Amino acid sequence: MAKANLEVPELQPYLEIPEVVPGVMAHSRPFVAKPDHQEPLGFPGELVDDWQNKAIAKFGDLLGRYRSLQVYMDACVKCGSCTDKCHYYIGTKDPKNMPVGRQDLMRKVYRRYFTLPGKWFPKLVGAEDLTKEVLDDWYSYFHQCSQCRRCSVFCPYGIDTAEISMAAREIMDHIGVGQKYCNEIIGKVYKIGNNLGLPGPALRDTLEGLEEDVYDDTGVKVRYPIDKVGAEILLVTPSADFFAEPHVDGLVGYGKVFHEAGVSWTLSTHASEAANFGMFIGSYENMRRVSQRIREAAIQLKVKRIVFGECGHAWRVAYSFLNTLAGPWDFLDPRYPVPQHICEFTHDLIQQGKLNLDKSQNDDMVLTYHDSCNVARASRMGPTPGGQFDIPRAVIQAVCNHFHDMDEETIRERTFCCGGGGGLLTDDLMELRVKGALPRMTALNNVMQEKGVTHMAAICAICKSQFTKVLPYYGMEMEQIVSVHQLVSNAIVLTPGEDDDLDDEDEEEDDDESADDED
Amino acid sequence: MPIVVDGKTFETDEEGYLANINDWVPGVASVMAKEDDLELTEEHWDIINFLREYYEEYQIAPAVRVLTKAVGKKLGKDKGNSKYLYGLFPYGPAKQACRYAGLPKPTGCV
Repeated sequence: MAKANLEVPELQPYLEIPEVVPGVMAHSRPFVAKPDHQEPLGFPGELVDDWQNKAIAKFGDLLGRYRSLQVYMDACVKCGSCTDKCHYYIGTKDPKNMPVGRQDLMRKVYRRYFTLPGKWFPKLVGAEDLTKEVLDDWYSYFHQCSQCRRCSVFCPYGIDTAEISMAAREIMDHIGVGQKYCNEIIGKVYKIGNNLGLPGPALRDTLEGLEEDVYDDTGVKVRYPIDKVGAEILLVTPSADFFAEPHVDGLVGYGKVFHEAGVSWTLSTHASEAANFGMFIGSYENMRRVSQRIREAAIQLKVKRIVFGECGHAWRVAYSFLNTLAGPWDFLDPRYPVPQHICEFTHDLIQQGKLNLDKSQNDDMVLTYHDSCNVARASRMGPTPGGQFDIPRAVIQAVCNHFHDMDEETIRERTFCCGGGGGLLTDDLMELRVKGALPRMTALNNVMQEKGVTHMAAICAICKSQFTKVLPYYGMEMEQIVSVHQLVSNAIVLTPGEDDDLDDEDEEEDDDESADDED
Repeated sequence: MPIVVDGKTFETDEEGYLANINDWVPGVASVMAKEDDLELTEEHWDIINFLREYYEEYQIAPAVRVLTKAVGKKLGKDKGNSKYLYGLFPYGPAKQACRYAGLPKPTGCV
């Protein structure tokens, strides 16, 4: 596995919109799922016989299910507004990475099979048969869209390329052409409970290690409980939070916040994953099946509230769809939003003055904040519009003395994708990931030069892993990306507990109520 | 692409990870390292052996922090950090070292 040998774009003070180079990214395609990855999700193992007819039938099914898809197929007037808005186009110069170019890969097939002029006079209306070549193009370019929805902000009709990419992947999955990265991961959620495949004992071992670390650092016993029946809050967080850096520093922070709030909380082995890759592959059935695990865990553990950790697309699924996917949530405490974001939770405590914060603990950093696309453009946070932008920033500014935003064209609802979202965070797409990060790297580099920023915070596991990987390609350090709750963790002054000096052996008894392991 | 160790062929997946963890022999790590132009030292073997032991107990590679902590305990605090591990395995301890150790690739948002 040699490091991707590729030409890294040079950072300029301003983003240049490149001249098109047709076909330059046609070679970029992720590994295809094997039958073992396909079948547990309910998809055929390999390309089926009669795949064209089956693909068209599935396309028709989706057009009937999602009125939006039909509108997106019909509504484009080729105004050009989206053409320079996609990070993958800016980074790769391939015109099929212009949002309209990507949409047209599907639109030409739509016209051929679902419109009268396309059926009779295909050449006149840009309609094309679904050939093997077109399918190959679909596989390549619908895996060069991170479903970030930036283009839809600028489209006068609001055409959402993310939804088109999701539909294309759903059609391909149904004829046996799935993507290995996403589908293998969804299978692991079904089998083990999370994307990484961390079984219960490994989770417990990791969490015990965190308790030791926090105690060694602070002298205060902060708990990281799992499967604790009767806890008030169920925390659902991406499994990367247990595994990777800087993610785990965020998890440490969540625990400290709960400790200071004085609420009981628990993680769950059954729902040890916030991520829901069912969305990336446009599969309602798989998205629902993954979501149901959260409901099952909430019932089993008899919790009253659900809080989500730092995961971008999980928050979209949670905020926008959880009620219909896994509700009704009538058994939870109605005084709190279902679900709540950890930033919202922390922000409330800050506003109530319940956290003792020493900002100077973060004085070795000058921060900026990367809005993750699914949080920014596909959800909200808290009671007021724009909360998804303001709350994370308010949390950062409450725990850090030095904060500067990046260029306003690249943040909030106009934020640029990290380059690895939407199920593309895989090594076999490294060239795409590095090139797609160009706009964000440019904005970061500028704020570093102009304001002396040293670190960038984010609230998405994918963003954090993607930046860890691509920052070095642009001459920066992988440690420059941090978790928002890592900053909270640094600043929080913990309240000593009565049990801090006790031996852990004496207090294991109250763990007896732990739910049975299922793994 | 299968790899050949001492005349014996080992199946790997498309990303170069051993197809069957039970096939692993130390020579697998040496051959894989050679392909990456890396010479395995005792420090590398410490990590590889720890990964295999952990995997045997938990059926998963250790989290980065679990790994750095174990290294710190064994080799001293100055080495218990990811910088040290990246120094040994430039493509990332989780991915490169796991591959040498015959473990499956960690999947997910990592």
